[in-house]
Amino acid sequence: MTEFLGLYNYWIVIFLMMTGFYIVIARENLIKTIIGLNIFQTSVFLLYITMGKVTHGTAPILKSSHGGESHGGKSHGAEHGQDLHAATEGHIDLSVDAVTEIYSNPIPSVLMLTAIVVGIATTALALALVVRIREEYGTIEEDEILEMDRNS
Amino acid sequence: MIEQLPILVIVIPLMAAPLFVLIGNRKLVLLLTQLVCWTVFGVAVSLLSRMQYGPISYELGGWPSPYGIVYNVDYLSAFVMVFVSGLGAIVITYAPRSVDKEIHHSKHSLFYASYLLCMTGLLGMCITGDLFNVFVFLEISSLSSYALISLGKTRRAPLAALHYLIIGTVGATFFLIGIGLLYQMTGTLNMADIANRIQAVEGSRTMLVAFAFMTVGLFIKMAVFPLHTWLPNAYTYAPSVVTCFIAATATKVSVYAFIRLIYVIFTPQFAFEQLPLDQALMAFSLVGIFVASAAAIYQTNIKRLLAYSSVAQIGYMLLGISMSNVGGLTAGITHMFNHALIKGGLFMVVGCFALRIGSLKLEDLRGAGKTMPLTSFAWVVGGLGLIGVPMTAGFVSKWLLLTSALSLELWPVAVLMLLSSLLAVVYIWRVVEILYFSPASHLAQTAKEAPMAMLIPTYVVIGSTIVFGCWTVYSAGIAQAAAKSLLGISQMGGVQ
Repeated sequence: MTEFLGLYNYWIVIFLMMTGFYIVIARENLIKTIIGLNIFQTSVFLLYITMGKVTHGTAPILKSSHGGESHGGKSHGAEHGQDLHAATEGHIDLSVDAVTEIYSNPIPSVLMLTAIVVGIATTALALALVVRIREEYGTIEEDEILEMDRNS
Repeated sequence: MIEQLPILVIVIPLMAAPLFVLIGNRKLVLLLTQLVCWTVFGVAVSLLSRMQYGPISYELGGWPSPYGIVYNVDYLSAFVMVFVSGLGAIVITYAPRSVDKEIHHSKHSLFYASYLLCMTGLLGMCITGDLFNVFVFLEISSLSSYALISLGKTRRAPLAALHYLIIGTVGATFFLIGIGLLYQMTGTLNMADIANRIQAVEGSRTMLVAFAFMTVGLFIKMAVFPLHTWLPNAYTYAPSVVTCFIAATATKVSVYAFIRLIYVIFTPQFAFEQLPLDQALMAFSLVGIFVASAAAIYQTNIKRLLAYSSVAQIGYMLLGISMSNVGGLTAGITHMFNHALIKGGLFMVVGCFALRIGSLKLEDLRGAGKTMPLTSFAWVVGGLGLIGVPMTAGFVSKWLLLTSALSLELWPVAVLMLLSSLLAVVYIWRVVEILYFSPASHLAQTAKEAPMAMLIPTYVVIGSTIVFGCWTVYSAGIAQAAAKSLLGISQMGGVQ
């Protein structure tokens, strides 16, 4: 039971995912289908964000004690990469600090920024298409549209 | 400059697209789009010609490999990029007259911008070595192709585009879920890095779920038989030029992504030995080939007929991939190339009919062989290639597939393949009979031959199916090199 509850974030993700997917499959109204699609995509955002979270982890910002200060002025990409690498290595050596400095993984959140943009583009395009369908057919109920196509 | 070539394939069309929206002058934009497409093709060819010196790895922004994004160019990705950009360039050369008739003038510059974005997405999926990047490029190409399809003249075009959008987004999101689970287990998005770390977590349930999500997601994009429902409507109602480009390239690039997924990230041992994916793929392909070919026979619209034929042809590619030896993989990759040429060419023929006759119903095309002899003859040649008659490109890939099936002693598969070619004979012949041996319909009687500006590109593509049917150094030869390197990589992965 505790295992079940301990994974509650994944249960939320699965619940949302299935809700969205069901709406996409079952609804005839095109706008509702798009809403379902949105819920489905959002559940994936949650899946990524929840996997990046570390218990008691903070935002991944390097403190000055990790060697970031001495190179603070430089901003060139490759050098910055080496700094980051050195800082993580230093992080492993300083076992005292390692207890106090736990970071959440920022990459899944960053990936989701991109995925959100993709989601917005998809929704905007889908809504634009629905507007055009409404102009042509006068309805957004899929069964009515298919009926009209069959008769024409 | 030379070492920057891999990024140029992406950057040139990606930067050109918004610029062309700003320019807005349709004649200028058309010329520039053609220029951009041919430039990208040139870059892709020069990348392929450098493959004899070994694969290229390009680090974006100078960030070292597992941390930053890498672009990998090897035989397979360079080969796919060459034919995607090559067909993109030829189709856009063929396009002006057809676009002029089928798309409103105010939308032309937007149309060409979307076309370039679609090409960017497809090329990006080929070149990138980062799994999340594959998703982003997949969505770039998909979103622009939804927009392109919705530009069709009839009111059914937006509906077909919306259906494709809904199914396609579900597929892409499945792929995204798979990437997430894979990242959760391995902690990296770099394909080569994942391949190295995957041994440690192999067999866990998360890996199985990730693999299942990614496979199904790509199956939707490839239009594998039970998941193909979006394809016939999308191809039928899209403008002719869009159908030429998307039918020739989009599904092939998804097949390419699937090959990478199986042979580079997950090993064939995992997919085909631990999981029975090879038998499943064979069953799906064979059922798909027969059902879709049979459906093609009964169509009354020539575009829909070819669309069903496309669903069937994907089956041959997957059949080759499922064999998991050099011969089968070579056949699958060669068929990607040959089918891109054949189907691109045939849809270009259909575009000529659409321009001059204005209808694509088979009954309106009756007797067009007399008034449009050159266009009709192109159909005959392309059709022979689709059937797989010797001396055409279709024969080469089917022959490779057949010999590979026989070497694995898959007799039923070989027999079914030959039988399925007969179905292709039926649907191609049906159109030939209508074009040449039926009394002319009043639309076909008054039709003129298609303009040279469209016929020449069509004959370049159709002619190349004959060239690559007789001379296979640059089709099957490169495909074999690609297949060998893919299987070599996976063997190294097995040792580690």
